[in-house]
Amino acid sequence: MQQSVSAHVSDHDHGHVDQDSLKILGFWIFLVTDCLLFGTLFATYAVLHTHTNGGFTGKEFDIPGFVIETFVLLVSSFTSGLAVLEMHKGNKKGLISWLIITLLLGATFVGLEIHEFVSMAAEGATISTSAFLTSFFTLVGTHGAHVTFGIFWMIGLIVQLAKKGITSDTKRKISIISLYWHFLDAVWIFIFTVVYLMGVM
Amino acid sequence: MNTSGFFVTGDPMIYGADVSIVLVSVAIIFYLTYFKKWGWLWREWITTVDHKRIGIMYLIASLLMLFRGGVDAILMRLQLAIPNAHFLESEHYNEIFTTHGTIMILFMAMPFMFALFNMVVPLQIGARDVAYPALNAISFWLFFLGAMLFNLSFVIGGSPDAGWLSYPPLSENQFSPGPGQNFWIWGVQISGIGSLATGINFVVTILKMRAPGMRLRDMPLFTWSVMASSIAILGVFPILTVSLIMLTIDRLFGGHFFTMTAGGNPMMWVNLIWMWGHPEVYIVVLPAFGVFSEVVATFAKKRIFGYGSMVFSMIAISVVSYYTWVHHFFTMGAGADVNIVFAICTMIIAIPTGVKVFNWLFTLYRGRITVTQPLLWFYAMIPCFLVGGSTGVMLAAAPADYQYHNSYFLIAHFHQVLIGGVVFGYLAGMYYWWPKVFGFKLNDKLGKWAFWLWQIGFYVCFMPQYALGFMGMTRRIYTYNQTMGWDMGWAPLNFISTIGAFLMGAGFVFQAWQIIYSIKHGERDVTGDAWNGRTLEWSIPSPPPAYNFAILPTIKGRDSWWYQKQEMQNGTYKQEPVKYEPIHMPKNTGVPFIMSCFFFVAGFGFTFEWFWMGIIGLIGVAITLFVRSFQYDTDYYITVEEIERTEKALRNNASVQRTAN
Amino acid sequence: MSNHESNHGSVKAYVTGFVFSIILTIIPLVLVLNHMMAKTALMVSILIAAVLQFVIQLFFFMHIRDGEEPRYNVAALILGIVFVVTIVSGSIWIMSFNSQVQ
Repeated sequence: MQQSVSAHVSDHDHGHVDQDSLKILGFWIFLVTDCLLFGTLFATYAVLHTHTNGGFTGKEFDIPGFVIETFVLLVSSFTSGLAVLEMHKGNKKGLISWLIITLLLGATFVGLEIHEFVSMAAEGATISTSAFLTSFFTLVGTHGAHVTFGIFWMIGLIVQLAKKGITSDTKRKISIISLYWHFLDAVWIFIFTVVYLMGVM
Repeated sequence: MNTSGFFVTGDPMIYGADVSIVLVSVAIIFYLTYFKKWGWLWREWITTVDHKRIGIMYLIASLLMLFRGGVDAILMRLQLAIPNAHFLESEHYNEIFTTHGTIMILFMAMPFMFALFNMVVPLQIGARDVAYPALNAISFWLFFLGAMLFNLSFVIGGSPDAGWLSYPPLSENQFSPGPGQNFWIWGVQISGIGSLATGINFVVTILKMRAPGMRLRDMPLFTWSVMASSIAILGVFPILTVSLIMLTIDRLFGGHFFTMTAGGNPMMWVNLIWMWGHPEVYIVVLPAFGVFSEVVATFAKKRIFGYGSMVFSMIAISVVSYYTWVHHFFTMGAGADVNIVFAICTMIIAIPTGVKVFNWLFTLYRGRITVTQPLLWFYAMIPCFLVGGSTGVMLAAAPADYQYHNSYFLIAHFHQVLIGGVVFGYLAGMYYWWPKVFGFKLNDKLGKWAFWLWQIGFYVCFMPQYALGFMGMTRRIYTYNQTMGWDMGWAPLNFISTIGAFLMGAGFVFQAWQIIYSIKHGERDVTGDAWNGRTLEWSIPSPPPAYNFAILPTIKGRDSWWYQKQEMQNGTYKQEPVKYEPIHMPKNTGVPFIMSCFFFVAGFGFTFEWFWMGIIGLIGVAITLFVRSFQYDTDYYITVEEIERTEKALRNNASVQRTAN
Repeated sequence: MSNHESNHGSVKAYVTGFVFSIILTIIPLVLVLNHMMAKTALMVSILIAAVLQFVIQLFFFMHIRDGEEPRYNVAALILGIVFVVTIVSGSIWIMSFNSQVQ
């Protein structure tokens, strides 16, 4: 997904094409297709969530667990926004600090989710217990995998920032990952609502 | 790690294939080594990010796959030619119809379509490349290695045999254990990711990279069709990706999405896969419509009739195609209300399609028509697609579909729209743009032989199948009259149908011959404007230089090249003073190929459920992504001197030949 | 790209979005945990809260209004939402036959 264009992109030679806006638009469209990916998982969850095979049901979700996860991710979405603000101020140190906070929160979120999954499995609620749990683990796990991917991506960008500073390239990359991060929080709103809240209802 | 049964054994045809694969591989390696071509292959092709070269590689791959899919088809027709045949065993027959369908749609039609996208779109909109050249290379290599992974199943591990859409529960572990089904999943998955990336790439290219002055409503209709098709790709390929992941989870990790136990629901797969699968056929047919629009306008020497309605109908098709998927499983019994809605939507699609057919005919009306090979294929499409479309409307009537469902009537219908619409369209496009991409025309005489063999073969093959459907022959049966003797009346029609398949095969052989013959003897295109074209791609030399346009053209309206030529003839055209500027170009990169190889490794590992190998592959993919992210030196400039030199050589060459003519 | 600083939001915008998001997370949580409504009304209300929060994040976090004209990203998003709604509601509607069959 990530492509680089060297720092000397000036406009006259490349005709009318602005590389940055080109890449950001492409990433937006990618996010829309990612939305469809989650939409398909939601559709499957919606169809199969009653097929509990007599086992674990949504009523047994760990309420404090998912509430904490929700707020951790929401805060990380906010801090990634603050990172972008620092970037536009040209404050490299502030930018890197907020990014590190963001990715620590992201790692906390993933850790909590793994803990949730492990304790569910310990109760015998595994991916092969029922169609409901297969779709639950797949939907929530896919989101978790996205967050995990984002964490590694962010580490890569922090290294690049440390090496290159705030350039038009790194700026674009940070804008893109912050978009990605906000998007993941937006998806989580629906997981929170459709899976967890409707589950425990 | 169990390696028994790793190589497919048993059938003499498989051994024959093994031997020929080994021989061909050895021959290729020998050729590359002996003539010291490895470096050339790596520098000029494997690492290329040039859309024209990527297009050529797509074209070669799709023609190879057309051959393989065609051989599958002929094997099936041989088996069905006479009753009680024992040419293929039942299981082998199942494998062959599975690979035939998968290959023809995903590994023949899709890459053929992407070949046309790549060869034409940037040239038509006056761009120097696509929006993301490296991503474009990734798309190609993902497709190619996905296709190779799938084809490997033929000799290693065993082919999938659950049908081209692999309905569960048949495709689940319980009924299809082993790697065959996994090959299908991973081959399709890997190439599908590439297709999705191509969709994004071309939407952005078309929206953002048009030459100065070209508004959306000035775009050539082929570009519009690519736009419509790409939008549909974006809308549905994520669904395919997720569906395949879910089937993987069922098969490898004990999930219960589509199993018969623990609350799984196999019909959910059918629901999801057709949400992708139905728009998919519109994805492949829309660019064919675009080709016809270009071909008709060029060879009638007229502006296309009803440009606005053409654009509107293509967008309408791409959106409405999203609302028809249930017609593939009317017989599931979702109830009258569901079936009615989807039946009506399906019928509605026929309207914009009809609009297009009328527009093409009105364009031809009173045109100054030159009958060329591309136009011949257009002529062939009209009756074929019309009949195919009409039988489609018959199938769309939900109550009647309970009769037609899964019969040979359906087989005849979809071959008629897919061959009549898609294949004829792509072949028209291939003949039309061949001189642009390669610099010479394909031989006319051999082409006409191929054309007529295809036409006669097509009707001989598929018309009997409509009748067979009505007579009760269902699809996917591997033999008939086992118990009832000769007199079900299927045999004569089946025999005729097989003759037709061979005629089409002969047509393909003529085309292969035509290409090889024309490489040496084809009429050279020295003007860059082989057909007296209307759109921008004909304003530059054939084949175009790496940067396509030395100076980006400024567009003043639709068919701008046509009107510029008229101005040049009238002497009213004002030549802008030529002032070259350095051109910014992407550098070649090996990352796309290496990344796709890791995808291949991952796919191969998961296919055999060797998780260590699958995980190594995925880690490799992640590492290559990182490497790419850390690369900043990814482009370069072509200097003014070099542009001058190239342009001079191209122009001189052209003028020398012109005087020689 | 640095010449339109104002487009990239401000601390105020982020804080506003953040506060609204928290509120719109807490409301459905309270509604659900205290069983404050009938089932259908509850489902509709929490879905509305989710959609509102999504819209707020689009504006305050993802700056959907930014970028140059024409706003292809907005067009893509709208089309995407139409498709998502189709996938989800279409699947539920079509597969509801299952409850009658089984």
